[in-house]
Amino acid sequence: MKILTGNNLKTGAVVWWDGQSWSIHVEDAVDVGDRADDIISAEEAARRVVGAYAIDGEKDAQGVRPAHIKDRIRALGPTVRPDLTLKPADPEAGNWVI
Amino acid sequence: MYKYDQYDQAMVDTRVAEFRDQVNRRLEGHITEDQFKPLRLQNGLYLQLHAYMLRVAVPYGTLSSAQMHMLADIADKYDRGYGHFTTRQNIQYNWIRLEDAPDILADLATVEMHAIQTSGNCIRNISSDQYAGAAADEVIDPRPYAELLRQWSSFHPEFLALPRKFKIAVIASDTDRAAMKLHDIGIRMVRNDAGEIGTQFYVGGGMGRTPMIAPLIRDFVPLDQFVTYSEACLRVYNRHGRRDNKYKARIKILVHELGAEEYKRQVEEEFAHLQGQGIEPPLAELERIKACFQDPAFEAGAPDEVDASDPDFVLWTDRNCHPHKQPGYISATISLKPVGGIPGDASADQMRLMADLAKEYSFDECRVTHAQNIVLPHVRKADLYTLWRKLDEAGLGTPNLDRIGDIIACPGLDYCSLANARSIPVAQKISERFAAQEKQDALGELKLKISGCINACGHHHAGHIGILGVDRKGVENYQLLLGGCEGEDTSLGKITGPGFDEDGIVDAVEKAADVYLREKQEGERFLDTYRRIGIDPFKEALYG
Repeated sequence: MKILTGNNLKTGAVVWWDGQSWSIHVEDAVDVGDRADDIISAEEAARRVVGAYAIDGEKDAQGVRPAHIKDRIRALGPTVRPDLTLKPADPEAGNWVI
Repeated sequence: MYKYDQYDQAMVDTRVAEFRDQVNRRLEGHITEDQFKPLRLQNGLYLQLHAYMLRVAVPYGTLSSAQMHMLADIADKYDRGYGHFTTRQNIQYNWIRLEDAPDILADLATVEMHAIQTSGNCIRNISSDQYAGAAADEVIDPRPYAELLRQWSSFHPEFLALPRKFKIAVIASDTDRAAMKLHDIGIRMVRNDAGEIGTQFYVGGGMGRTPMIAPLIRDFVPLDQFVTYSEACLRVYNRHGRRDNKYKARIKILVHELGAEEYKRQVEEEFAHLQGQGIEPPLAELERIKACFQDPAFEAGAPDEVDASDPDFVLWTDRNCHPHKQPGYISATISLKPVGGIPGDASADQMRLMADLAKEYSFDECRVTHAQNIVLPHVRKADLYTLWRKLDEAGLGTPNLDRIGDIIACPGLDYCSLANARSIPVAQKISERFAAQEKQDALGELKLKISGCINACGHHHAGHIGILGVDRKGVENYQLLLGGCEGEDTSLGKITGPGFDEDGIVDAVEKAADVYLREKQEGERFLDTYRRIGIDPFKEALYG
């Protein structure tokens, strides 16, 4: 599947396209098929996102997982600071990245 | 320390107002990201892996207590309670909101700080010896000259759009503690046979994907001509540096392709042309700057002995302190490399403590080192034990300067959008593997440096042991290099062979260390043994 990610223009937060808007949770990401360029153009023009790009992802029982480790680190947070990730209370969260 | 005059303050304040307007125009849609990106980069604001990242300039690594306090306040108010000290003696914040950036710059301006010269194809923040003005072995205090270069290079209209970024280091001792020959220009202040002080110019060094050691271009430039000579070096580069290929645009490529002799010939020609054109600043301005760097009020006759009754304190003193030019004083390094810690990171509370200790024990001054530690340059030996106790209680008393645990590491894939692999977890695992004091004692001086990509922000080329993280089909892989050195005997590390996975690279480092322990002769450091026996015994141990 193709999913979209970028950063919130104002806050810089990593965000994922959920079909309607941008979510900070990669689990909400949807397959955009071949519509990536159109969505990115519209959303960047609307100043809702900056630096958006399409990546490969996979969907399994736990939800959407970016194919590349760089985007998995973006999705969760730095592996060396679990307290700063989106799942600070989950000791197993880092395994999802690696 | 340098104190802003009305012009410095006006420049920085004006810049804040200008950037505030630029940010507002971006948020309101009056300018596009393509238009805005070079503007934010000129103010140190990058878009990184998790958020905007702000890099704040620390000219030649020097900070007052008030400035360090402000860095702590910014970490708490606008970021997530910490900052990362970098290999260019700066500090970075990883979680910045674009809408906050102008306020941060305004706060910085209140303590004479900014984020200018921390990005873009300009002359970057000038770096220097962390012991400048304190070291017993320097011929002159290099800081006034580094400051002069800062003022000359800030907003220099001719050098705002160079072919590529440009890094200058200034030192004033035979011992190189600033990786001077791995800079675009390395300036060493020297005394000639006639007793006059001048500058040597090394030009065309650098790390990155094409590491090169800068050749000596001029062995003596009189002090009253060294800005003009710098301008000549830059002019030749600006004229002929390659703008067609980003990867061949650094001055090291130009010097290499022209040859050092031809580059020097062109610089000398330009230098002759510039003579008499008023490039050098007025002497009065240099004197005004020098007046800011007068020695602090050292106590005459301060006791020169250090209490040796506590063995842990003695260990820290032996490892982390450096001789001072003033009897009774010493320079103390605060290691930001606790066992298993993140190299270069400091919490806001740690910054505040270091600021307070600098005020109380080091004449209100501290320094950021290119090895990502903090120095208190002027500590009375009689105060050293009390200082150490306070550091140790706060987890800042690690006695590992220049030991294997004192690892330089870039932010790597945990934070950097350019990285191919994570650096920090590798540093943490190596630090833990070699945590035992007896292991570090046996290994002695061993500088280990880790980069998460070929851009070499972690200086892996210059590590006695270097590690380069690469991406192998989506999987992190780590190459091992041996034999690099950033000192006066600069050398570049050689790759040993195929890379390793995350755990494998830690084992590989241990195997290399074991070869050293087996082969070393009396008085040899790891680097000395490597240079004597070559890479083959290490390869044999690593790959069998």
